[in-house]
Amino acid sequence: MSINILKNSLKKGRVTVKIDPSGIAMPPEMEKLGADLKKAVYAKFGRSFHIREVDTGSCNGCESEIIACANPLYDIQRFGIDFVASPRHADALLVTGPVSKNMELALKKTYEAMPEPKFVITLGDCARGGGIFKGSYYTCGGVENVLPVTLHIPGCPPNPLVIIKTLLAFLQK
Amino acid sequence: MNNHEYIKNILDSEKIGAVNISAPYRDELYVTVTGADFGKVCSLLHKRLDSAVMTFFAEDMRARSGSFTVYCAFLSVQARSWIFVRQDVPGENPEFVSIAKDIYSAALFERETNEMFGITPLGNPDIRSLRLHDEVWPRGFYPLRKDFVPPAGKSADGAQYQFRRVEGEGIFEVPVGPVHAGIIGPGHFRFSAAGEPVINLEIRLGWTHRGIEKLLEGKDHAEAVNIVERISGDTAFGYSLAFCNSVEKMLGPEIPVRAQVLRVLYLELERLYNHANDMGGIALDVGFSFPAQFASLIKESILRLNENLSGSRYLKGINIVGGVEKDIDKAKSAVIDEALTKIEKDILALEDMLFSSISFMDRVDATGILRTQTARDLGITGVAARASGIGLDLRKAFPDIYGVFSFAAAKEHRGDVASRFKVRCFETKESISLIHQSLKKLDGCGPQLKIAVLPKEGTALGSAEAWRGPVLVWTRLGAGGKIERCKITDPSFRNWEGLSYAVLGNIIPDFPLCNKSFDLSYPGNDL
Repeated sequence: MSINILKNSLKKGRVTVKIDPSGIAMPPEMEKLGADLKKAVYAKFGRSFHIREVDTGSCNGCESEIIACANPLYDIQRFGIDFVASPRHADALLVTGPVSKNMELALKKTYEAMPEPKFVITLGDCARGGGIFKGSYYTCGGVENVLPVTLHIPGCPPNPLVIIKTLLAFLQK
Repeated sequence: MNNHEYIKNILDSEKIGAVNISAPYRDELYVTVTGADFGKVCSLLHKRLDSAVMTFFAEDMRARSGSFTVYCAFLSVQARSWIFVRQDVPGENPEFVSIAKDIYSAALFERETNEMFGITPLGNPDIRSLRLHDEVWPRGFYPLRKDFVPPAGKSADGAQYQFRRVEGEGIFEVPVGPVHAGIIGPGHFRFSAAGEPVINLEIRLGWTHRGIEKLLEGKDHAEAVNIVERISGDTAFGYSLAFCNSVEKMLGPEIPVRAQVLRVLYLELERLYNHANDMGGIALDVGFSFPAQFASLIKESILRLNENLSGSRYLKGINIVGGVEKDIDKAKSAVIDEALTKIEKDILALEDMLFSSISFMDRVDATGILRTQTARDLGITGVAARASGIGLDLRKAFPDIYGVFSFAAAKEHRGDVASRFKVRCFETKESISLIHQSLKKLDGCGPQLKIAVLPKEGTALGSAEAWRGPVLVWTRLGAGGKIERCKITDPSFRNWEGLSYAVLGNIIPDFPLCNKSFDLSYPGNDL
């Protein structure tokens, strides 16, 4: 059986190709940042810092940048930070968006489902105070009106490097 | 024959008299009818123009005329024109006869009009709220009415949204969301399944509703551009372009050619990074992670190119009413050329990787089929429509500046995940070619980037074929150039329903794959 699989893959050859990431080099400070980040995560969270993300009404620009933090270039996982599927596995809740009324309950429930100790990080300008959506009839005017917020990552949206730097500065405190 | 005569002939052929036809712009025509004729005229145009309802909305005109106005827009590709059918609805106890029984593509819009204005579509069997969820919003508060006061301190009535129930032996329900496992927007999916195959999927959205249309009221066009760029973050440029088109049409300045060419360039860059992202996403959802990671690198390289050109990874802050803010000079032009060469090579390698993988092709082939007739009935647009045999592309229907570019519109027929994937492959190549062409054209353009505009009152529809599909923005400017009404129509609004049909008969584990192949916007739908 396994010999057939081996034969088959030899016959087909390599389907993937070697990737040449030239042209999109990593920012030069990335390795230094990463090493510091890893040290902080190891010291404070026993090697792994797990984040659960909830979108409460963002335009998805922030989501795009959070996902970019995990692409092979920044690869935030190698420093011990991971985005997890369940709030049960999370140390921190990362919230984007101004908290639409529809999402208020879901946000609270997600927070309640997390084990202690836990804290909340907001990301993006509209997560704090509602940003450009401030004053709308359908938002709660920012995450701070719903949950206690420990850290804010500003930007519209913040790029991956800003996200990583802000996390580092916070973890080093 | 101009659009005026064309439509008049259609109406005369059915002996519909007593209508008032006006054509404020070359590509917009308004047919004003009585409430009794509204359904008849809409049905006639729907059939004769072979057009789904492209947008449908109401406007609170009670302060001026004592009534609401309801608009229903069709697209005539032949006359190159948007055809609006318009009726007045009384200000007291507003209601009109639903057209959704004859024209299904109006159904969601009627629901929207019902909840945002309190105008009842008589005879529409489904008027459940889309965005103002019953669980948090008391009845009787209609945000888009001019005299709306938020229900401060008043809690919801305790009503609950009723999902459609499928009953029978062995049927079970799988509720998913609004919070999902991934880093993604919120939506609730209610699957009814018998064994493996999905019998029914109901998608409940509206979770990210922020009241955009109300927020835009009273803003001037500069403030509004800032807001529309943040409706759907991955379509920031598409939105700002559609909005600027609308206001510019109204205010009337001729936009400098250089700005028009630059807009093509940026719009295609937006298409390119999103399509690359989706190609990777489709690979990820069949568990083929290598190409998915590769695609994320391609996306990152385009985002960085965007930042290099405009200072914004998501192309914000470029469009203004009257032109663009960010020029592309010789040096930047060379940067784009070089970057594109590599991006093109990478995208071809990515395609090659996926098309030559038997297991990948096996998963996408004949999965999540959206049939052409279903797509027509639902009013599906954009990438999803082009994969199901509906060839509508606004860049071809209203060429404007695209008329001087050479490119082809994508069209596939099978409507499965593979077709939507192929449409994206095709469009990425066309986008790269369009960007190269625009760089050449920039050489021959004058240096002017923008032109000053003077505010005046009026209405106009702006459009842009953004990467997901057509974004439509209908705007009314009032005194001092302030927005009185701005209706946003995102392609996702109806395409979400297309997804719920495409997954029927498929197994639940294929849902993420079907979903990614549509890649619809939560915030664009929810507004």
